[in-house]
Amino acid sequence: MNPQELAQKKLVEIISHYDKPSGLRNVLFGFFFLVLLFAVYAFVTQMVKGQIVTGMRDYVVWGIYDVNFIFFIGISYAGAMISGILHLLHVEWRKPIIRIAEMITVISVFIGPVYVLISMGRIDRFFNIFTHGRIQSPIVWDVLAIVTYLACSILFLYLALIRDYALLRDNSELKISKWRRFVYTKLAATYINHPKQKKLLGRSLTIMSALIIPLAILVHSVLAWIFGMTIRPGWHSTIFAPYFVVAAVFSGTAVLIIAMWIFRKYYHLEEYITEKHFKYIGTILLVLAGLYGYFTFAEYLTVWYGSETWELEVIYKLFDFNSYGFWFYLAAFIGVLAPIIFTGFPFLRNINTITIGSVIAVVCMWIKRYLIVIPTLETPLLPLQDTRPEYAHYTATWVEWALTAGGMATFCLFFMIFLKFMPIIPVADITEVSDAKKEIISGKL
Amino acid sequence: MPKKNIKDSSRRHFLKQGFSIAAGTIVGGGVLASCTKDPELTETGEKVKVLTPDGKLMEVDRGHALCCNAPTSKEVRKGIPGRHFVMVIDLSRCKNARACTVACNKMHFLEPGHEWLKVFLMQDSEDTPPYWMPKPCFHCDAPACVNVCPVGATFKREDGVVLIDNERCIGCKFCMAACPYSSRVFNWHAPDIKVNAKYSPESGVPQRKGTVGKCDFCPDSFLSGILPDCVTACPNGVYFFGDKNEDVVTNGVESFRFSQLVKEKAAYRYMEELGTRPNVYYLPPVDRRFPVEEGFENLPDSIKKAYQVKRAHLKKFKI
Repeated sequence: MNPQELAQKKLVEIISHYDKPSGLRNVLFGFFFLVLLFAVYAFVTQMVKGQIVTGMRDYVVWGIYDVNFIFFIGISYAGAMISGILHLLHVEWRKPIIRIAEMITVISVFIGPVYVLISMGRIDRFFNIFTHGRIQSPIVWDVLAIVTYLACSILFLYLALIRDYALLRDNSELKISKWRRFVYTKLAATYINHPKQKKLLGRSLTIMSALIIPLAILVHSVLAWIFGMTIRPGWHSTIFAPYFVVAAVFSGTAVLIIAMWIFRKYYHLEEYITEKHFKYIGTILLVLAGLYGYFTFAEYLTVWYGSETWELEVIYKLFDFNSYGFWFYLAAFIGVLAPIIFTGFPFLRNINTITIGSVIAVVCMWIKRYLIVIPTLETPLLPLQDTRPEYAHYTATWVEWALTAGGMATFCLFFMIFLKFMPIIPVADITEVSDAKKEIISGKL
Repeated sequence: MPKKNIKDSSRRHFLKQGFSIAAGTIVGGGVLASCTKDPELTETGEKVKVLTPDGKLMEVDRGHALCCNAPTSKEVRKGIPGRHFVMVIDLSRCKNARACTVACNKMHFLEPGHEWLKVFLMQDSEDTPPYWMPKPCFHCDAPACVNVCPVGATFKREDGVVLIDNERCIGCKFCMAACPYSSRVFNWHAPDIKVNAKYSPESGVPQRKGTVGKCDFCPDSFLSGILPDCVTACPNGVYFFGDKNEDVVTNGVESFRFSQLVKEKAAYRYMEELGTRPNVYYLPPVDRRFPVEEGFENLPDSIKKAYQVKRAHLKKFKI
């Protein structure tokens, strides 16, 4: 069987695996859609009544909207870093999982910035950023970086998809509707596997994967600088940019593992996404957890030892069980140790434990971002002398939670829609290997 | 309304005595500079002395001096050339009478709780007695808020004033996060007080939902030769407003050479080590006119509550 035929066979196998109608999928789709609708209702409420319906007030001017923003940009690192780096290093086992990683990237870079818009008081004046933009402001850096990042990650995903679209276009066995085939034909962009096309595509993919890495680092650095450039305790730190970058790769990798687990189970991709993948990515997660823990330790030890009054006020809020202590210890210790323990000890290490470790890490990373944004804002330089308790202490309202849930639901919805048009396993990629690596195709990865 | 009387009489007093001496030199130039020939000028018969931009003292009709065309948006962003407005706050005179806050809120049509000017109960160290500290915007010369604004909605003028254009503000609140002095307040909902006025960043009226507001040093007032409302409203003459270039500050009754006052009374700027270079100077609370506990007299409970936490730490000072 020549590679082309083999690829076609695999394609039919995979696509028919996950493309058949399913009741569970419809129910899930309906559920996510309802959550999204509720989020839209919450957003309309906020637009009509103003941000008074949120928990944000004059001191805590940014709430969980911005936590979600950092969170989503963070998980976008799955595709950018993992897929980019593994591509550059020509790691063969990356192939079955890079599509998932790149989809996570594109979707989360779509959703993340929406939270910035929601958190703006005057969303209707967003275009002032382009008409009156000032390059001195880190927000403008952020807009530029994210737009570039989004464009590049879409391109990266698309370039890797072209060969699959060509396969889909040429396949006659697959029973797909006419318009879907039409879309595939258009998206395949006249690719016919000509050696010249192949060479060009391979080269552009390498360029994109090399480009996406510095871009991703830049995006999260700029995001960290929005906080780091202000003279406020807990934010004004020189390691903030690398700290955010490490945190982002950490959470991105964890989300990738969770996504791998879900798709493997649901679409029966056991043949392609094997335990080995979990162990390899799990090892990466372990290293990142250690690195992240190290950064956390370095940051808080330095500040605590230095004992500057204003800084200490924030630190004690984080360390004190009457304040944010519980959440801080949970995020800083459990969130780092869980993935290390689950992936570090061979007798604990299996697909499910690695995934549980990842879930804990992702949840804890969300909490950690909360602890970066809110306690600092609750600690102004001049004492907080206000009669209104909601001004002193931030509590997210139902509007903010609804929009947070809406973002998560949209993330899943996007995935479901993407899956309609993209093979979740890069078929052309995994079937195209040298004879020596034939065993990879046959599932013995 | 006793407060109103205080305000009116002190303003009259100021106009009678202070205007031609101190404020005439402070604001007069600006007045004439932005005056244009307007056919509807009304003669009032009352003459006032003003300083022309080239430094000549001249007498014009009050109607001419007050009636100015609204500055263009370019002028608003540029400010009054050759001026550098400063404020000096004498902490030894403050007893938390809150007339400043009331007047400011009234002038800018701000609802209660949405204060541009706050009075803090401060204490420098555990062993030193507490004092009242009114805090407007410091109009820093190196303003962190202006640096981070993505659209230039908040800007620094040549005359030292930092203003907000709430018709351009996108409500990202980055300036609020960046300002170390928490000088800015946000319009979380549409303002309850409806005002029928044409908006200018100089007046700050009306406020708009989803935008940022803050103390603006009342540039619309000093264009018409009037001191900011907090200055004239204060019954104790805590606030001194003036021009650093002219080297004079006044509270409407007394006027001082700015450089001398700052030097002799050992003025400081709040947390200037942050590198913000504020334009509000504080005279330390020495030789106080009022005991600090007087600040709690006649204070509504709702406001008293704000100081509760701090007060609990001040037991040894018996307040």
